[in-house]
Amino acid sequence: MTAIIEVRNLVKHYRRITAVDGVSFACEPGVCFGLLGPNGAGKTTTIEIIEGVTAADTGEVLFRGRPRDARFHQEVGIMFQQTALLDFLSVGETLETFAALYRHPMDLVTIIERCRLGEILGQMNHRVSGGQRQRLLLALALVNRPRLVFLDEPSTGLDPQARKDLWEIIEAIKAEGSTLILTTHYMEEAQRLCDAVAIMDRGRIIARGSPQALIDRHCSGVTIGLPADRLEAIGTPPPWPVHRVRDRVEIPSENPRAILAELMRRNVDLTDMTVRSPTLENVFLKLTGRKLAE
Amino acid sequence: MNPKRLWIMIIARNREFFRDRAAFGWNFLFPFLIVAGFGLIFGGQANRAYKVGVFPHAPGPAAVDVIEIPETFKGTEQVEFIGFADRETGLDRLAHHKIDFLLEAGPPPHRYWVNDTSPKGYIIERLFSASLCAPPEDSLAVRGTIHGTPIRYLDWLFPGILGMNMMFSALWGVGYAVVRYRKNGVLRRLKATPLTAFEYLSAQMISRIFLLMFTLVVVWTGCDLLFDFNVQGSYIDLLAVFFVGSLSLAALGLILAARGTSEEFTTGVLNFISWPMMFLSEVWFSLEGAPTWVRAAAGIFPLKHMLDAARAVMNDGATIVDVSFQLGLLAAMTLLFLLVSAALFSWTK
Repeated sequence: MTAIIEVRNLVKHYRRITAVDGVSFACEPGVCFGLLGPNGAGKTTTIEIIEGVTAADTGEVLFRGRPRDARFHQEVGIMFQQTALLDFLSVGETLETFAALYRHPMDLVTIIERCRLGEILGQMNHRVSGGQRQRLLLALALVNRPRLVFLDEPSTGLDPQARKDLWEIIEAIKAEGSTLILTTHYMEEAQRLCDAVAIMDRGRIIARGSPQALIDRHCSGVTIGLPADRLEAIGTPPPWPVHRVRDRVEIPSENPRAILAELMRRNVDLTDMTVRSPTLENVFLKLTGRKLAE
Repeated sequence: MNPKRLWIMIIARNREFFRDRAAFGWNFLFPFLIVAGFGLIFGGQANRAYKVGVFPHAPGPAAVDVIEIPETFKGTEQVEFIGFADRETGLDRLAHHKIDFLLEAGPPPHRYWVNDTSPKGYIIERLFSASLCAPPEDSLAVRGTIHGTPIRYLDWLFPGILGMNMMFSALWGVGYAVVRYRKNGVLRRLKATPLTAFEYLSAQMISRIFLLMFTLVVVWTGCDLLFDFNVQGSYIDLLAVFFVGSLSLAALGLILAARGTSEEFTTGVLNFISWPMMFLSEVWFSLEGAPTWVRAAAGIFPLKHMLDAARAVMNDGATIVDVSFQLGLLAAMTLLFLLVSAALFSWTK
C-alpha cells in the first residue's frame, strides 16, 4: 500500500541550531501516527515542513507517492499548535469563512455537531474558552473533509476534562478512517490515540513502532510503589534497589511476584500499594536518560 | 483567482472594520473634529492675523472704542487689540512673541515697541506708520478686486483633511493589520488553506478601498451639512479622483504589509512614511514658494497628486480631463506599488 505521506531525510537549520536532522518516516493511510518528544525536539518543525508552512533545507516530502502540488491544501487539514483567529468574527462566521476557501467543504451542521460547537456559534472568537477554542481549531482542520489531518500538540494547555473531550472527538475522526499525524509531548495522549509513534529527540527520530511494541522492546517488568514509612518500619533494608520519590518508594522489578512475597513475609502493610506498567515516558527515559517533561 | 475565496476574505475584513467600534467611530470622528476645529478657529472672531498690545488697559480684549490710539489704526482689519495693565507686562509678552506690537495709549506723540526678530512686528509697524499719514489726494495705486465665489480656507483645507484621513486609514488598515496577522499566526493558518497570496492581498485592498470610499461619503456629507462646502467642479469627478487616490494609498499599504512580524517596527515605518507625506502633500499648508527640491520631493507621494487633483476639481472647477496627468501618475504609482508588494510578500516572515 502506498504511504499517504512519506518524508525522506528532512533537514532544517535555524542559524546554528539543527532543528530537524535527517528525519525520515512513512505513514500508512488510516492510522494515527504520533511524533513524540520533549519541547524543542523538532516535532513542530517537522510537521510544519510536511504541511508546507516551513521550507526544509534538504529532504523530500511525498503525498501519496508524489511531491505535493496545489491539491495538497485541498486534501489536508491542519490544526496548528498556536493560531490566532480573524478578529471580530463569531465562531459560526469563522467556520463559514474557512469552508468557503475549499472546493468541497463539509456540511457545517455535521462539523458543528461533531466538534460540539453548537452552543458557541454566536460567540466571538476571542471570547471562547481554551477547550472551545481547540475544538474550533479542530473543526477548521476538518472543514474540507481532509484525508490527512495534522494535529500539532492538540491538547496542550487544556484542563483534564477539555483534553478528554478533545480526545473523544479525535477518536471519532480516527474511527471514520482518516489518517492523523499528531505531535505531542504527553505520553498518555500518544498511548491513547496513536497506532504508531516515532520518538524524537534533538531533531532525530530515536525509536519508532507501536506504543506497546516500543514499551516491550525497551522496558520490561513493573514498578511497585509504597508509602516510604512502610519500608522504614521493617528496619532491615530490602534486598532490591529502592528509589525514594518524595514520601513514597518505588521498586522496579522484573519479578513482581517475588517482591510481593517478600513484602508479605515481612508483614509490610500493603495498603496504598501501586503496581505500574512501563509507559512511553519510561521508554524515553531509557533511551535518553532524560524525562519527556525536561 | 477564485472569486469565492476573494469575496469571503473581503467580507471577513469588512466585518472586522464595522465591528471594531472604537476604530470605526474614530475613522469618522477624526476628520470631522479636525474640520470642525478649523472651522471654529478660522471662521470666528479669532481669525485675526496680528496681535497688538495696548497699555495701560484692563487685561484682556481691549475696548477699541474707548482706548486713546489713532482712529485710523483702530479700524485696521486683521488686528486684534489686547489690553495690558502696564508696559512691563506688555514688553514681556512682546519679547516672547505672544504679541506682535505694543502701543501706549494716550495723545500723540504715540510710543510703540516692536520685537526686531518678529516678521509680523515689521509688518504691523508699517501698518501703524501708514495709518498716521493722510492718504494722498491723487492715488498712486488703483485697486482691483476679483469676482466670483470666494474660496474659504476651509474649502481649501477640507480635501486635505479627507486625504490625510484616507492615507492613515489605508496605510494602517492594510499595512499594520496584515503585519499583526502575520505576527499572531493568522497568515500562517491561511497559508495552510488553498487561499493564494494574490487573493488575500487583493481582498485586503478591495475591502480597504470600499471602506475608504464609504468613510469619504459619510464624512463629506456630515461636514457639508455643517460647513456648506463650495464645490466648483463635478462631484462625480471628485469621487473619481479620491477613488484613484485610494487605490494608490491602499497599494502603498500593501508594500508595508508585505514583510515583517514586528508591530513596533511597522509603526516606525508607517510614521516615517506618513508624516513627511502629510506635510509635503499640502494637507495643511501650500508649498508655494518652498525650495524647488522640497516641491520635487513632494512629488513622490501619492497623496500630493490626489490632493492637487481634488483641489483643482473642488476649488477651480477642473474636469477629469484637466486632472488626467495626476490620475495617470496615481495609476502608475498603484501599479508600481502592487508589483513591489507582490515581489516582497511573505506569509510568515
